[in-house]
Amino acid sequence: MEVLLQTLISGLLLGGLYALIGLGMTIIMGVMKIINLAHGELMMVGMYVAYLLFAWAHIDPYLSILVAVPLLFILGVALQKYLINPVLKVDAILPENQVILTVGIGMVLANLATIIFKSDYRTTPVDYATKAWYLTDLWKDSPIELSLSFPWTVSFLFAVVITAALWFFLSRTDMGKSIRATAQDKDAALLMGVNVERMRVFTFGLGSALVGAAGCLFLPIYYLYPDVGGQFTLTGFVITILGGLGSTVGAILGGLILGIFESLTATYLGMGWAPVGRFVVFVLVLIFVPGGVASLLRRRRFGK
Amino acid sequence: MQAKYGRPLLILGLLAALPLIRAIPGVNANYWLHNFILVVMWTIIGMSWNLLSGYCGQVSFGHAAFFGIGAYTSGMLYVKLGISGWWGMLASIPVVGAAALIIGFICLRLRGPFFALATIAVGVILRIVAENLVGVTGGDMGIMIRERTWVEKTWYYYIILALAAATFWFVDRVIASRLGYYFVAIREDQDAAESLGIDTTRYKTIALVLSAVLCGFAGAFYTNYMGYIDPKVVFALHDISVMAIMVVMVGGVATRWGPILGAVIMILLAEIIRTIPKVGTAHHTLFGVLLIVVIIFLPNGVVGDAAKLRRLLRPGRSS
Repeated sequence: MEVLLQTLISGLLLGGLYALIGLGMTIIMGVMKIINLAHGELMMVGMYVAYLLFAWAHIDPYLSILVAVPLLFILGVALQKYLINPVLKVDAILPENQVILTVGIGMVLANLATIIFKSDYRTTPVDYATKAWYLTDLWKDSPIELSLSFPWTVSFLFAVVITAALWFFLSRTDMGKSIRATAQDKDAALLMGVNVERMRVFTFGLGSALVGAAGCLFLPIYYLYPDVGGQFTLTGFVITILGGLGSTVGAILGGLILGIFESLTATYLGMGWAPVGRFVVFVLVLIFVPGGVASLLRRRRFGK
Repeated sequence: MQAKYGRPLLILGLLAALPLIRAIPGVNANYWLHNFILVVMWTIIGMSWNLLSGYCGQVSFGHAAFFGIGAYTSGMLYVKLGISGWWGMLASIPVVGAAALIIGFICLRLRGPFFALATIAVGVILRIVAENLVGVTGGDMGIMIRERTWVEKTWYYYIILALAAATFWFVDRVIASRLGYYFVAIREDQDAAESLGIDTTRYKTIALVLSAVLCGFAGAFYTNYMGYIDPKVVFALHDISVMAIMVVMVGGVATRWGPILGAVIMILLAEIIRTIPKVGTAHHTLFGVLLIVVIIFLPNGVVGDAAKLRRLLRPGRSS
């Protein structure tokens, strides 16, 4: 019981961060119908930005979000404008050229990082890394013992705040509404005076910025190496499928479900199998719930 | 029909004479033969990818799965039962074919990019399973074939060359048949093909199984030739799956000669880059840049965009 509860809590904390990765991907996918397989690599760039700021100036990884987010936004805008847009326009036999292009971008980013930083594993030795809160500190006679890791919890809270800000942006601002309109029907949005081209570029920037923020939040709790991005690209994709393509609510739920599921596999089957669990979820969802969580929500009106 | 194979046979003849480089003094024949063996092996993988992705339009990011299953079939039969790896190559046909049927059942219900992504997942799952099932596959330790059949590389070269020639002929026949036209119809417009009465799921599955078996064959050969495999090598996402894509993208999607030209360019490029001191670790960067450049400027590859290339090379005559 104690182990199960502890596993669920860790899974929830991990899931919150996963949701942030999935959100960035799902927004790009929803608005532009673009599958970004360089997503995890962009996160890796965010992590290195935070790492460098820590190594040079001892800036806390959580503070470096303020630097990494605008930087990644600019990087995302540039990628969309100068690489992806031209490819969408050329005529080729395979429409999947765009997906292959993002793989190429990811390769370049990951290997540039290898050249610059070598393949060493790095961590940011923050002094709160091992701090934790215990249930017995609050409740002396508690029959079970649970702990909350300090950095995990802080990262989770940051992810919640960023998600809330994103929700506010998408639902309450003109820009956000234009983005959602573009996602729903590009042609109709165009006729309503939305600058679709600009929304696309902006959305890729926004998606990159979100995953850059996720990178900063992962840094205090994870180790960093140049190829770290690949697994997060796939994770992000599994979350997006699980949530339902382009659905923001779905991405959040998908992230939480996946986090909890992975936590359970790691506890009960062993660490090495956690990634298999991730892909088993992926395959099962593809077969049985092709629309992801979002389709279930729509069908049963939040009855899940 | 006869004339159609004139040029391929001529090139095959020239390639068959390649081991004569041993006679040239001062040439490291083993080094060159090794590279040629890799080039020819990659033409097979490229042709296999081209059959499924280029002609039938089902872009796969998971050919490492088939390569790896083929390699492990051959390797495990040797290690567990002492059966020669060459019989293992034959055994890889039913094993890889069956695996492709299962994978196809799961993945082929998805379209376009989603199929591509599902195949990535398949490749990664197989790698992780092979790493974790230590009792069966030896895990990260890999599989070692101690007794190599030949020390000389010449025989390996001829075997893979014969396989490549057979693959070239086979793919060519398939593409010229009714099956091939179905494949292209599915690539161009799956719904239209469906409405014309083509059972798209069935033909996509056929394309996948044929492609997988060819790729698995190359994998089984790899085990026999290299004598050592481990999950990170044969199920590699970048070094196998993405490399297969690059070979065909660079050479020319849905063309006869594309995979061959692509394999020559990519393997020689990899080798040249590797020999430049200090650039070694950077070779994936250059591959990535090359992939981006090719997709933007030559989306149909060197063969597919040959006219465009010729115009670029002779700017005086461009219109």
